[in-house]
Formats: sequence, structure tokens, C-alpha cells
Amino acid sequence: MNDVQIWTYVLVALSFGLYIGIAIWSRAGSTKEFYVAGGGVSPLANGMATAADWMSAASFISMAGIISFAGYDGAVYLMGWTGGYVLLALLLAPYLRKFGKFTVPDFIGERYYSKTARVVAVFCALIVSFTYVAGQMRGVGIVFSRYLEVDINTGVVIGMVIVLFYAVLGGMKGITYTQVAQYCVLIFAFMVPAIFISIQMTGNPIPQLGFGDTLSDGSGTYLLDKLDGLSEELGFAAYTDGSKSTIDVFAITLALMVGTAGLPHVIVRFFTVKRVRDARKSAGLALLFIAILYTTAPAVAVFARTNLIETVSGKEYTNMPEWFSRWEKTGLIAHEDKNGDGKIQYVAAPEVNELTVDRDIMVLANPEIADLPAWVIGLIAAGGLAAALSTAAGLLLVISSSVSHDLIKNVLKPDLSEKGELWAARISAALAVVVAGYFGINPPGFVAAVVALAFGLAAASFFPAIILGIFYKKMNSKGAISGMVVGLCLMLFYMLKFKFGIFDGGKEAVSDLQESWWFGVSPEGFGTIAMLVNFIVAIAVNQFTAEPPEEVQEIVENIRVPSGTGDAVGH
Amino acid sequence: MSEKQKKATAYWRENLKYLVILLSIWFLVSYGAGILFKDALNNIRMGGFKLGFWFAQQGSIYVFVILIFVYVRLMNKLDKKYGYNED
Repeated sequence: MNDVQIWTYVLVALSFGLYIGIAIWSRAGSTKEFYVAGGGVSPLANGMATAADWMSAASFISMAGIISFAGYDGAVYLMGWTGGYVLLALLLAPYLRKFGKFTVPDFIGERYYSKTARVVAVFCALIVSFTYVAGQMRGVGIVFSRYLEVDINTGVVIGMVIVLFYAVLGGMKGITYTQVAQYCVLIFAFMVPAIFISIQMTGNPIPQLGFGDTLSDGSGTYLLDKLDGLSEELGFAAYTDGSKSTIDVFAITLALMVGTAGLPHVIVRFFTVKRVRDARKSAGLALLFIAILYTTAPAVAVFARTNLIETVSGKEYTNMPEWFSRWEKTGLIAHEDKNGDGKIQYVAAPEVNELTVDRDIMVLANPEIADLPAWVIGLIAAGGLAAALSTAAGLLLVISSSVSHDLIKNVLKPDLSEKGELWAARISAALAVVVAGYFGINPPGFVAAVVALAFGLAAASFFPAIILGIFYKKMNSKGAISGMVVGLCLMLFYMLKFKFGIFDGGKEAVSDLQESWWFGVSPEGFGTIAMLVNFIVAIAVNQFTAEPPEEVQEIVENIRVPSGTGDAVGH
Repeated sequence: MSEKQKKATAYWRENLKYLVILLSIWFLVSYGAGILFKDALNNIRMGGFKLGFWFAQQGSIYVFVILIFVYVRLMNKLDKKYGYNED
């Protein structure tokens, strides 16, 4: 075993020990503790937990890599996955906290006085959460296999056991406090290499400033100018320009923002604090904690991209550093000497280009590329696992509460006792872990595509229904349900047609269909249009159907003012 | 309309006014500076950053954080003014 492996084992084992310790300390004794951690979480703890809940394996491992290949276009993720918190803090969190129930389908079902609405909401919540959680379990497996050289499937099973332990035992209470610990682990693991590399390349210890600084080689050239130059030399678009159309960038950013604000595992975190003002404050803190990683990621992207080009472009293959061959074994980086000159041609034109790089390598191999000490590399593994596990746990809770609270307790078996419901919640959490693990081991080929679908679906279904429910007192159930159903179906149709090519002969047809995108908007950005359609349909149907009953309008008036927040209660 | 309802309506109006102002800023920094006017802003430089690029990958995120904390302050004051504060 080498140094890196020893460090990785030690750091991963320490962090897992910590999570299990917390889980035992914070067992849930009631459904209220299981669903919303008893409703007494401090804004600071909730802010950190929300940040860990939100930042998944994709944020930690893949995002910087995606940006480093997309350049300016990467901004859709940076703005899209942070700007949604402004919507959440200003338009949703305080009112949903005042409403004071356990789940998002709870709100939809009560506000629209309809079991149908509740069931539609449960259906959306389950689709969104399952697609998302499968990706997380896969992420756990990948981190295990790359750093500890265990089989991916063994990695998934280890991850399942850990999540099972604290999600089933502790419910939201256990999850909240482990997420606080996981946030600390993941942010430390992300920042340490970024700071090291920033100092190496620009002499500036703050990565956010470093990537706009001059190079430390004394040439006085700005790092970004150099990277623009290098990119154009190799035939890529200038790094700071990007290549997507403006309308598409606009649509994707909006779909991601609105989708973020509509994701049930994020919304439900705001049910766990004590007062309305705590809900507002913890949304601000959550975004602050998220912003630390999200403003560092574009810096890491620039450092890693420049490092990569300088190390490989036009160099002799036999002179490549040690990390190159190590990552070649994993298949994440590959060189094919097409012109037989022994050098690596890394250019935009596909017929001449000889190097393929998986984007994940930009974070995973970054410490090695920059020659950082072994413990930093071990830290990346612990951080990636923290990011994946915390998000998985949050999603599993949404799945379990949707089933035990919304389906079993509120629709199928209303006479279920408190104790029975707690057991139902535990059992559905356990089943959800097993299903998620199954998808982690046998990932459907379309996981990545489906995660984009999750945002589109949340934007097209939940967001308009909740906004209208709060800001439009006269919104009735028929309007809201038709809006959700039409938005959802339209989104599904567009994804199936343009992402999977179902109606035009399968995957191969997808690239030809780009010409016929509606308004030039990609499937990733279509959530924006589906959301607008949802709003229009809901309001139109509302005009021709009966007003909501008086007591529902009173509920709306009541959630608009903060005082007299009851504790989160069941029925 | 009762006194209580009048108070609630006035509170809601002021709240909506804050929302419109804050969300306009939210829109301007991200969709405005970071996307629609990016190319024009890129002619201005701030150290090594082109301004449009900086807004898209850094500036808008900082503004988002500030916006939420401004909202928290404004609303805490508003709650006090109308006696809706909970402490």
C-alpha cells in the first residue's frame, strides 16, 4: 500500500466513524423528529446541512471539470445552482415554514384541498428523488473504486450500509447533524487543494482572486488571457467566450434556478427550523456556505485547464509524468497516437485530436497534477464521499416521507398510529436505500440525462403550484392540477423527443434534431418553457372554474404573516 | 375589513415591494450582466477579469448572497414594525 492509499483509508474511516457516532447520538423518537428533526434546528446548523444536502457528488467531483471544458458556458451551472436560493429565500421558505407541515406534497394537498393534487405531487417527488439518488450511490461507488481500489459494487454496498444506518435510525434528525459534519469535511477537502494550486500558479492564496491575477512566473501576463490564447491556438473557443447561444444560456440558467427552488429535498430543510425568521436566515446562510464552493470551482477549472494544456499539449508521450499513466489505467484519460510522431496533439478538431479526457479528472487528479502531498489526495476521497452521502440521505428522507406520510398516512390508511407511521417511515427509508443501491450497481445508461430531467420536472411541476399557492389567493385546485399535469407532460415529451430521440429512431437521431429545438432551447433549458406553460394553463383554467373555499383563502392569508408559527404538526 | 386584516394587507404590500426591488437586482446581475449584456461588459476589464465573464462566474453569486441577507434585515424590521416578530 502506498502513502496515498494509507491516507485515504485513514481519512475515510475517521469521517465515517464521525457520521456513525453522530447518528447514534441523534436517534429519532417521534415522527416529528424523523420528518423535520423536531423543528428546532438552529439556522446555522440548518444552513450547513442544507449546503451539504444540496452539494452532491456532481457539485464536488464533476462541476469544476465541466466548467473547465465549457469555459464561459459553465456559468449556467454556477448561477443556476445558486440563484435558485434567492427565489427560495424570498418566495418559498418563509411561507412554507409558516404553513408548518412535514412535506411538499403536504402543502400541495392542503392548499389545493385535494387528494389528487397530493398524489400528483407525491408522484413528482418520487421521480425527482429517485433519479437523483441513483446518481449519488454511483458516485459513492466510483470514489471507492478509484481511491481504495475496491470494486465499484462493493463501494456502493458500503455506502448503502452507512446511509442505511443513519437515515433509518435518525431520520431527519440524524441526517441533519451528520450533514453538518459532512459539510465541514467536503468544504475543507475542496478548498485545501484549490488554495495550494492558486498559490503555485499566481502567488495569490485566495482562489477567487487568483484566477484573475497575473502568473507567478514573472511575465506579468494574466492567467485568463493566457488560457484564452492557449485555447484559441488549439482551435477551441476562447475560454471566456463560450459557444452556446444566448437564449439557450438564458433558458438553462432559469430552468436550473427554478428547479433548485422546486426540489423537495431542499424545500423540506426549511421545515426543520423554529421560526419564520429562522427560515429566511438559514436560506441566506445555506447560500453563503454553498457560495464558498461555487465561487472556488471556476477558479479550479481555470487552474486545472491551464495545467493540463501546458503539461500535455505537443509533448512527448514517453515524458508524461507518473499521474498520466496512473489515470490512463482507469480509462479517464487516453492517448491515441494518430500521426505516429510520439507527441500528444490536443486540439479541437476531432480527426486530429489524440487525447480524450474525462471531465471528472479535473478535480480527482488535480492534487496529483499539481504535485500536492499524499494527505491532500486522501482528503479529496473523503470529501467526495461526504458530498455524495449527504445528498443521498436527504433524498432518501423525501422518498420515505412521501411514502409513509403522504401515501400511507394521508391517503391509504388515515387511522395509522404515530408509532406505526414511524415504523412505516423507517421501512420505506430502508427499501428506498436498497432500490437506490440497485440503481447504483446497475445504473440505467441515462442517469446523467435524467438528472437534468429532474430539474426540468421540478421547475415544470412544483414551482408554479407553490408560488401560485402563496401569491395568488384565488388559485383553485383545478387550475393548479391542470398546470402541474400539463407542465410535467410537456417536459417529459420534450425530453423524450430531443434528449432520447424516442420518436425519431433513437439516440442516433438526437444530434440532427438540434435544428428543430423549439425557440432554439435545449432539453436542459426547456424546464423554463414548461414552467411558463404551467403558469399560463393554471391561470387560464382558474378563470373558468370555481373559487377556492373560504377556509383555504384564510390559510393563504395566514401563511403570509410570520407570527404565531405553530410547530410543524401532522393532522 | 377589520383592523387586523388591514394590518396584514399593509404588511403584505410592503413585503411585495421589497420582493420586486430585490428580484429586479437578482435579474439584472445574473441575466443582465452575466448573460444578455455580457459581450458589452467584456470590453471593461477588472484586473485579469473581463467584467461580463466575472459577473457570470463570480459577481452574480456574491450579489445573491448579499440580497438574501438584505432581505432578512428588511423583513425583520418589517415584522417589528407590524408587531409580527416572534421574540
